Amino acid sequence: MAEAILQIEGLAKSFGSLVATDDLHLDIEQGEIHAIIGPNGAGKTTLIAQLSGELKSDSGRVRFAGRDITTLSMPARSALGLARSFQITSIFPDFSALDNVALSVQADAGHSFRFWRPAGRDPGLRAPAQKILDEIGLGSRADEPAANLSHGEQRQLEIAMALATQPSLLLLDEPMAGMGRDESAKMVNLLRHLKGRHTIVLIEHDMDAVFALADRITVLVYGRAIATGAPGDIRANDEVRGAYLGTETVQEVSSA
Amino acid sequence: MDRRQIWLSLATLAMFAAAPPLTVIFDQPFYMDMIARIMVFAIAAVSLDLILGHGGMVSFGHAVYMGVGAYAVGILSYYGLDNGFLQIPVALGASALIGLMFGALSLRTTGVYFIMITLAFAQMLYFLAISLEEFGGDDGMSSMRSEFGGVIDMYDAMQFYYVIFVVLALVLFGLHRLVLSRFGMVIRAARSNDRRMQAVGFPTYRYKLAAFTLASTICGLAGVLFANLNEFVSPDVMHWTHSGELMVMVIMGGMGTLIGPVLGATAFLLLEEYLPQWMELAMTNAGEHWAIIMGPILIAIVLFGRGGIHALFAATIWRSGGKRNG
Repeated sequence: MAEAILQIEGLAKSFGSLVATDDLHLDIEQGEIHAIIGPNGAGKTTLIAQLSGELKSDSGRVRFAGRDITTLSMPARSALGLARSFQITSIFPDFSALDNVALSVQADAGHSFRFWRPAGRDPGLRAPAQKILDEIGLGSRADEPAANLSHGEQRQLEIAMALATQPSLLLLDEPMAGMGRDESAKMVNLLRHLKGRHTIVLIEHDMDAVFALADRITVLVYGRAIATGAPGDIRANDEVRGAYLGTETVQEVSSA
Repeated sequence: MDRRQIWLSLATLAMFAAAPPLTVIFDQPFYMDMIARIMVFAIAAVSLDLILGHGGMVSFGHAVYMGVGAYAVGILSYYGLDNGFLQIPVALGASALIGLMFGALSLRTTGVYFIMITLAFAQMLYFLAISLEEFGGDDGMSSMRSEFGGVIDMYDAMQFYYVIFVVLALVLFGLHRLVLSRFGMVIRAARSNDRRMQAVGFPTYRYKLAAFTLASTICGLAGVLFANLNEFVSPDVMHWTHSGELMVMVIMGGMGTLIGPVLGATAFLLLEEYLPQWMELAMTNAGEHWAIIMGPILIAIVLFGRGGIHALFAATIWRSGGKRNG
């Protein structure tokens, strides 16, 4: 079996008395889509923040592609090929869609202590950025200020910006957040398209999307992984049904 | 970049370039001095715009680098070293080094803390300058104008004027290029969303520090010219009120436009000069209370004139048929 691309060993994080991540052990295999689900407040976004380097962990270690990255900063992890998208859309609203992606291309192209040539006319940045926009379905919107894009398009742009850093591992924090049914379906197709080229850790509340995409699922409750396995196993797991899926089903029934 | 902005910059520079012959024709040498002074402050304001307008770093101690540049000239002149080819590198090196130090510490904070810590550092140097009895302490000291081995005569008003003009033009052009470069993209994007920039892999701190240091260095150059202009150096130039004035020039002119702060410096210094005189005309002894009028003007510009003088000009040019985007 191939070595896991991401190894999480005993990771912990508390905010005061609130335990957000509790002695978490998890391996992400090369090439898989690994969904992390759990009720609100289970510590999913905290985990993404710890993995991306935004939050310092209290204890535990994270190894990425065989290298200990526990103490590395967010930019340093990104440079190694670990990219993230944000739950709350985090783009540069004044810049065009193309500029947004070109910035990520620029980040990947070495240092930016280049003071003279206009970045906006640099084919080395614009061409790869346009290619990614085309691929993701935003090609025709390239010159539009990002602020003018629809919510769904901004969510796509969010992914495009992560992709442009040429990551080997994508951490996607609720890519379908706030999306309508059609937009979600498009996003599912997009993620399916990315599968194989990138390993993906997917945090998502949309269970249809999760079960359609994921190779493996980890269920997080109060910062602990209560189960990890194939979608079928997770669906059948009693503990999971009790902690999470059960309540969801009840809600669906009652709201129907 | 906006094509309007380029036209506005060229028009402004053309007016500065054309001023000296006109002052000679109309025999009004005073105006040449005044515009020279405006251009010196314009250089300082433009350097502040790089970090304030484009980089979102609200430095409330920017005048201190003008002081460092000025004192470098003053102190060297005190020891009989009037050679500009020595003074300028020393002044730029000193303001760069102090900018690097202050920036390295200040940029670890953000928001109000950043504003306060830059102010505190600047006041620290202000009081240091006051304590330097050898160099005149509170009263400051007189200083010779720089010598350039006979190539340029800084005592010739016309030559001195065009030296300042060329420096301003080069600073504007250089920063215009810089803002559009990869480096410029990084600092502009970091202003809008620093967290995202780090997430895509930019260690933003070092880029912001480089911009801060560069702005300090350019402001130090303005200080060199300032010392030459006044033939006098005193701690007053570093006082926080002057840092405040530089901020006012940038905001009045239009943040993040480069040429805006040049217009802002022009408007501010003209008002400072003529407002008291106009008020004196209206009422005897009213002139000394000119701030009563100046204050509301500034507040009105901040409240109602979003984008400052630059936006006003840009809108006019646009309406008269200029192209919207370059």
